[in-house]
Amino acid sequence: MWLMGYRIQSKYVVVMAFLFLLVFTGCTPSHHMSTFDTHGPVARSQLVLFYWIFWAAVFVFVTVSIALFYTVLKYRRRSGDPDPPQIHGHTKLEIAWTIIPSIILIVVAVPTVITIFDNANSPEPSALTIEAKGHQWWFEFTYPHPEEPDKKVVTANELHIPVDEVVNVNLESKDVIHSFWIPKIAGKVDMVPNHTNTIWIKADETGEYYGQCAEFCGVAHAKMKFRVIVQTKEQFEAWLKVQALPGLESADPLAVEGRNLFEGDARCWTCHKVEGSKRSRGTTGPNLTHFGSRNHLAAGVIENTQDNLRKWIQDPESIKQGTIMYRDAQVYTDPDKSLTESQVSALVAYLASLD
Amino acid sequence: MTTSILSRPIHPTGLWAWLTTIDHKRIGILYGVTAFIMFLSGGIEAMYIRLQLAAPEQELVSPEIYSQLFTMHGTTMIFLAIMPMGAAFFNYLIPLQIGARDVAFPRLNAFSYWTFLGGAVMLKSSWFLGGAPNAGWFGYAPITSSAYNPGHGIDFWILSLQILGIASLAAAFNFIVTIINLRAPGMSLMRMPIFTWMTFVTSILLILAFPVITVALIEVMFDRFFGTNFFNVGAGGQPLLWQHLFWVFGHPEVYILILPALGIIAEVIPTFSKKPLFGYPVVVLSGVVIGFMGWMVWSHHMFTVGLGPVANSVFAVTTMAIAVPTGVKIFNYIATMWKGSISLTTSMLYAIGFIFLFVIGGLSGVMHSSAASDAQQQDTYFIVAHLHYVLFGGSIMALGSGIYYWFPKMTGRLMDEKLGKLNFLLVFIGMNVTFFPMHFLGLDGMPRRIYTYDSDMGWNLWNAVSSVGYLILALGVLILIVNIIWSVLSGEKADGDPWDARTLEWSMSSPPPEYNFEHIPIVHGIDPYWEQKREGLSTVPISGGSGDDDSHGIHLPQPSYWPLLASLGLFVSGYGLVYLSSSIGLVVSIIGAAITMVAVYAWSFEPVNDPDEGEGH
Amino acid sequence: MIQMKAKVIKGARILQEAVTTQHGTDHEYTTTGLNHRKLLMWAFLGSDCMFFGSLIATYMVYYGKSKVGPFPEDLFSIPITSVSTFVLLMSSMSMVLAYAAIRKGSLKGFRVWILSTALMGMTFLAFQVFEFYEFANHEVHFDCSQVGTGNLSAFEESFQNECIEGVTTVDGIHDSDGNNLTGLTPKTNLFGTTFFTLTGFHGAHVTLGVIWLLSLFFYSFRGGVTRERDLDVDLAALYWHFVDIVWIVIFTVVYLFGVFPGFPES
Repeated sequence: MWLMGYRIQSKYVVVMAFLFLLVFTGCTPSHHMSTFDTHGPVARSQLVLFYWIFWAAVFVFVTVSIALFYTVLKYRRRSGDPDPPQIHGHTKLEIAWTIIPSIILIVVAVPTVITIFDNANSPEPSALTIEAKGHQWWFEFTYPHPEEPDKKVVTANELHIPVDEVVNVNLESKDVIHSFWIPKIAGKVDMVPNHTNTIWIKADETGEYYGQCAEFCGVAHAKMKFRVIVQTKEQFEAWLKVQALPGLESADPLAVEGRNLFEGDARCWTCHKVEGSKRSRGTTGPNLTHFGSRNHLAAGVIENTQDNLRKWIQDPESIKQGTIMYRDAQVYTDPDKSLTESQVSALVAYLASLD
Repeated sequence: MTTSILSRPIHPTGLWAWLTTIDHKRIGILYGVTAFIMFLSGGIEAMYIRLQLAAPEQELVSPEIYSQLFTMHGTTMIFLAIMPMGAAFFNYLIPLQIGARDVAFPRLNAFSYWTFLGGAVMLKSSWFLGGAPNAGWFGYAPITSSAYNPGHGIDFWILSLQILGIASLAAAFNFIVTIINLRAPGMSLMRMPIFTWMTFVTSILLILAFPVITVALIEVMFDRFFGTNFFNVGAGGQPLLWQHLFWVFGHPEVYILILPALGIIAEVIPTFSKKPLFGYPVVVLSGVVIGFMGWMVWSHHMFTVGLGPVANSVFAVTTMAIAVPTGVKIFNYIATMWKGSISLTTSMLYAIGFIFLFVIGGLSGVMHSSAASDAQQQDTYFIVAHLHYVLFGGSIMALGSGIYYWFPKMTGRLMDEKLGKLNFLLVFIGMNVTFFPMHFLGLDGMPRRIYTYDSDMGWNLWNAVSSVGYLILALGVLILIVNIIWSVLSGEKADGDPWDARTLEWSMSSPPPEYNFEHIPIVHGIDPYWEQKREGLSTVPISGGSGDDDSHGIHLPQPSYWPLLASLGLFVSGYGLVYLSSSIGLVVSIIGAAITMVAVYAWSFEPVNDPDEGEGH
Repeated sequence: MIQMKAKVIKGARILQEAVTTQHGTDHEYTTTGLNHRKLLMWAFLGSDCMFFGSLIATYMVYYGKSKVGPFPEDLFSIPITSVSTFVLLMSSMSMVLAYAAIRKGSLKGFRVWILSTALMGMTFLAFQVFEFYEFANHEVHFDCSQVGTGNLSAFEESFQNECIEGVTTVDGIHDSDGNNLTGLTPKTNLFGTTFFTLTGFHGAHVTLGVIWLLSLFFYSFRGGVTRERDLDVDLAALYWHFVDIVWIVIFTVVYLFGVFPGFPES
């Protein structure tokens, strides 16, 4: 009996080792949205807390599993067994297994509460504050104007921040509930209509990081992404200065034709804004003032190349199903008004010129 | 004297007997069969989800259909499968366990089942009537408002949940009264079987939690139908109000799903260990504490909505605290097996599987309870993994254990043990292969409720593994179906007490006679039947010793048409309300309401037993 | 085994010949000695508390959050609502008397008091209908000289732009079709939404209660209400008192908090 018990237990150890192997193959920091590859203090504090609780949980799991399997294997019924002793309880033992878990939970609760407060309160409330607004299905980012305090700089889907600096982000929503999440920099906070939240973030390495809406927000929720571009302070300030300028007036005839279309028959202007243009003042769609300078389009879904842009304008559904542009814009809803090949080329030229 | 429009139904067999039955055992079986079919339909919805996610960038279903699939999968599994499967066991077993001949309100019980069936059919029919609901089982405002969701899917969701709520409330009232009032002499509260205790706590949670979701659903419904402003952001409406109302209901709901499971396990383990439950009073108390504390943790579903650090800390700590009574239960179950004489029947294997998986689910629950680290886990596949370990590894494993345990009592035949063990093995392995990789996916940043993902995200492997797991799981469930059908038809005959069990339901023939107990038994301890068998403490009363007056024979309530009709009216008016904007919808809803009113009126004037036979009293 | 079968057959026979009481549940043995139906009613009322609790919570969350008027202080008339509240409270007393009468076996007394309870309930409902009508047709009337003096409510002040050259008094705001634009409906604002929903559901409870009371009244002429069956009256009374208590909470939270300065602002 004892021998059998040991044999099975060694098997059990192998199973446990396999499980641990699995756990560690699960941690794959190289992936775009892995929570194990932290690049900022908020995400790091969350990961440290995770490990702390994880090992406590592993301890409990191993203890309980050993107790469970040992009991089941040792006390298996053999034919002819008499009734076992009818034990109804053991008060001291029961008190013990009420108190011990409580202690383990206190060990977990204390760092939890500390981290909650650390992450809730911005260490530098007066630092750069950006407004982030969720729309179905893209993100709008509004920066304070670098020179004129009463003006704003509006961009979409790419959040530029300076490295090693605290940045405060006010989170709002235009329509339904969204959630703002950059796994490698900070855990998520929801964007709730009529309920402004704030989050502080800090990145300690330059580069491009993935962000995504994490709250189900409708049909294109899966493709509501954004990027965080962490730059040196100089790069960031230069970028912001450029973004604060009005949209460029290109002399390229094709781009001019595109602009006329944009501000005319194609009616893009009803929803999109281009600073500097008298006509394009719409605010329901993303601000396109410096569209050409962005790395991605369709809310972080594909790279911003001329080919992709052409595809996007021609058939948004092929890239992202359910967009409001495709649902509402007359160039898609009215077959008589749909864009010709050359019109698409003109629009691509115009938008690409806006850098 | 009688105001019955219809004469009393008297069919002892056949379709009408089932339609008009008020026998708690038949209603239990109806509940069980319906819930199992719904479980399969929820499983088919899950199949599409797993197929779609098996590889990146697939287009098997459109994003819109995908939204409908996960909404229906969640709603189905919670409201149409696990809850009614629990109700099936309540119905069948509670009167047997407490030594009663039926529930306190047999007609209300029938009404509860038919209303549930109506709600279930209505929700499922939305697939064929212009699209299923698509806002998630949690239906966060304002995505459920007509501005963002003009179709009828949400209307189906609201109204069928209201109808299902009526069914659950009716059942819960009934079980509260039954358990308080119909216990056999000698069965004090602290001698009640744990399953009965957990049913009692669950019923109390139900009657207190469901009105909250009813109000929340009314608010959304009024917004959609009458243009009120509850969740109208423009008028100042607060989407978070919905979340609070929903989770004030939703968290007790989680315990409504798991407490019956914990009760089943507390019946199975002592029987197959041949030992009394270790620390009975503590197990009862921890169940009550869980039920009570379930009301103080709802905001842990809302750690990322911005309630502030104080609220998050409070709810983090209360959530962690609820792990203590849950842990106590698990330890007591293991201690029950300690020094026991354990026979590893399929039922017992399911119970052991339950403990193992529920511990994993509980521990990942503690991980989310830490609000700060939950910010990375919330709304990712890590949560999906956790909730499936709790609801599948917990509730469904326990229900599987209960099916194998009580099947001989219900049908008079044993289930096949060889098929049973194969079934358990496949379900256990399939469940882990399906859901364990979701932990990795979640921590690797895969959000919930996305219909597809790019191939460069690194989520390909574990999604593929998870989809393979679904196949294993489905095969396991298929074997369960085969086993059930085979065993009903030609399983080995079971006597009244095939497991050498401990509680009163085993003291009668299998299946039990319609009147359950020839004599209302007398209870001397926690395990009355075991004590009768081993210690000679008879549960059979000495003549006249029980509360039941034998000179009157056995009183059994008679079948009735009215519960069925009242449910039918609700069902009809539910459809009418979905199409309220059209005049036909209005007329249909009024007709339905009228049917229900007439039926309820006739019901309240219909005596429990036919007066023609009872004037002599 | 054979013996068991015999038992089953015997049971079936007993079943067919079941000797039953007419109203089995009233006199059946119960563990606690409490009647099933009474216990059910208490459980139901507990559940209904959560129902009204959620509605009242919604009202309080949105209290003072309406973006446009009219607001509570523009509409509520505490004296009128006090009268209807008083009537409802008195109906509880007559309900007690109806129950006392049936306990004594006085069918006549029962009929008098149950009918008066129902009538008072209907009076309350009439007040509520009147009130809803008044609110929906609320008009603003003020003297332009009062603008900015602090004598006008915020809602009235919001129409100060109506006081243009040559206009001395504002007598209602109407659209081009003559529709009143200052009434309160469930669509108007958060106050309208929550107020009508909360009081509407209470009104529905009262209506149900009145139907129940009248059913008992008419049933008594057919011999359905007797001293032995006082429980039927008891249950109706429990329900009625509950509905009454809920109104006291609503009257306090909605009407009194809504009008008197110094009550908690949310």
